[in-house]
Amino acid sequence: MNKTWNNRAWLMVLPVLLLVAFNAIIPLMTVVNYSVQETFGNNLFFFEGVKWYQEVLNSPRFHAALGRQFAFTAMILLIEIPLGVAVALAMPRSGPWVSVCLVLMALPLLIPWNVVGAMWNIFALPDIGLLGYGLNAAGIEYNFTRQPAAAWFTVVLMDVWHWTSLVVLLAYAGLRSIPDAYYQAARIDSASAWSVFRFIQLPKMRRVLTIAVLLRFMDSFMVYTEPFVLTGGGPGNATTFLSIDLVKAALGEFNLGIAAAMSIIYFLMTLLVCWVFYTLMTKGEEQ
Amino acid sequence: MRARWLVPTLYIIFLMLPIYWLLNMSFKTTNEILGGFSFYPHRFTTTSYVEILTNPVWYNGYISSISYVIINTVISVAVALPAAYAFSRYRFLGDKHLFFWLLTNRMAPPAVFALPFYQLYSAIGLFDTPWAVALAHCLFNIPLAVWILEGFMSGVPKEIDETAYIDGYSWPRFFVKIFMPLIASGIGVTAFFCFMFSWVEMLLAKSLTAVAAKPIAAVMTRTASTSGYELGLLAAAGVLTIVPGALVIYFVRNYIAKGFALGRV
Repeated sequence: MNKTWNNRAWLMVLPVLLLVAFNAIIPLMTVVNYSVQETFGNNLFFFEGVKWYQEVLNSPRFHAALGRQFAFTAMILLIEIPLGVAVALAMPRSGPWVSVCLVLMALPLLIPWNVVGAMWNIFALPDIGLLGYGLNAAGIEYNFTRQPAAAWFTVVLMDVWHWTSLVVLLAYAGLRSIPDAYYQAARIDSASAWSVFRFIQLPKMRRVLTIAVLLRFMDSFMVYTEPFVLTGGGPGNATTFLSIDLVKAALGEFNLGIAAAMSIIYFLMTLLVCWVFYTLMTKGEEQ
Repeated sequence: MRARWLVPTLYIIFLMLPIYWLLNMSFKTTNEILGGFSFYPHRFTTTSYVEILTNPVWYNGYISSISYVIINTVISVAVALPAAYAFSRYRFLGDKHLFFWLLTNRMAPPAVFALPFYQLYSAIGLFDTPWAVALAHCLFNIPLAVWILEGFMSGVPKEIDETAYIDGYSWPRFFVKIFMPLIASGIGVTAFFCFMFSWVEMLLAKSLTAVAAKPIAAVMTRTASTSGYELGLLAAAGVLTIVPGALVIYFVRNYIAKGFALGRV
């Protein structure tokens, strides 16, 4: 659409700008403020420059949390994206079952995040949970509060349970936008199921899949509530991801400077990835 | 290809298992839960539900959750409407930068903001009210609402606006009388997503409330940690938090695919 140049449009954007700025800029400046100061209580602050940043960037604890975060995000993307696409491809294209599928699949998306954690806690308990009891009965020793591997397995499975539906819904919407004529043409050419997928369905899903990857990357990168309720970051530090580590530093140990410097580094990383994706996405749109 | 239905069926069974387990636990007595593993409640009881629906500590949690979610949805949609119109119809100084800046807020980790939010809302005296949570959730819901609405509005041809102006409509009258009915389904989808993200977010909702406005899911975690092993109550409260979401999703099921089809969410 060709848009007219009109600077008075700023007036229409103003309420949004004020509300979001109030919520985004004031807290961000507070964090920046803490990140360059030292305090000994009694509201006495001293300027410290980049000390906290150096400390965070050199701390093995931050490196470990960052490593776990990337491992978690990579696993999530590698499982959820292909699984979501596979389910979307196998879903009926029309008929009464579509609504049933959509409603049931969207259900996990609407459960408050700490209820998801609590639900999986109950589900995975080794003595009375279906998953825990089942695995132990099958001869696999499983206890997510003691074994780091079991904790990881449970956290990843929970995230797959929670968020794959988002990928399914997005991919399904992308598939529905393909006109029937494309499939008829493919049938006339007697194309194999694989080439229909590779040359018709995948290119048509490219845009929604970019959004799915972007959203899953961002949300898994800031995951906090579900793993915190399920494992509390344990056993030990095995499932302490960036957000959990951050809240531990800020509210648990009250290391305001460290926590603030971590926040800023964390935020800048998210921003960088966000910018890369945004540029890629808008480029795709212009073509 | 005959067994195509198998994949979604297995996937849905996988989704339903933990929910079934929660339901199962919610109808058991504490003794039965601690007594050992069983696939269904042998002594079916609804005491947990009765306790939640009659104890004010519990049901006030629901009331405060629902009130901040509704306030947030109304504010987000109301301010996002004109802004999305501006983004979809006009070019103005810094528009692209502004749009990107809005989106970055959708992606800011709430953990970064929890502590400063607590201080900010305490300072302006809104701490522990539904308003604090509703306003804080605007941080990610307004950008989302602008993003979705802009997609819907760009689908309406510009000639409609121009014809209305020629017919002598002022902008506000045109917007309310002609334009909003045209994108009604878009407004519905937007409201749904605002409702959803405000309903499920807990980190900010928890740090901005103490007693009076505590959201239900936070009441749940606290009860679980203070009163020991009340798994039945915990499970029943969990089941009841699924209900509003399920109702909303049932009503908007036909619009969701449409909203997603625009690739905006």
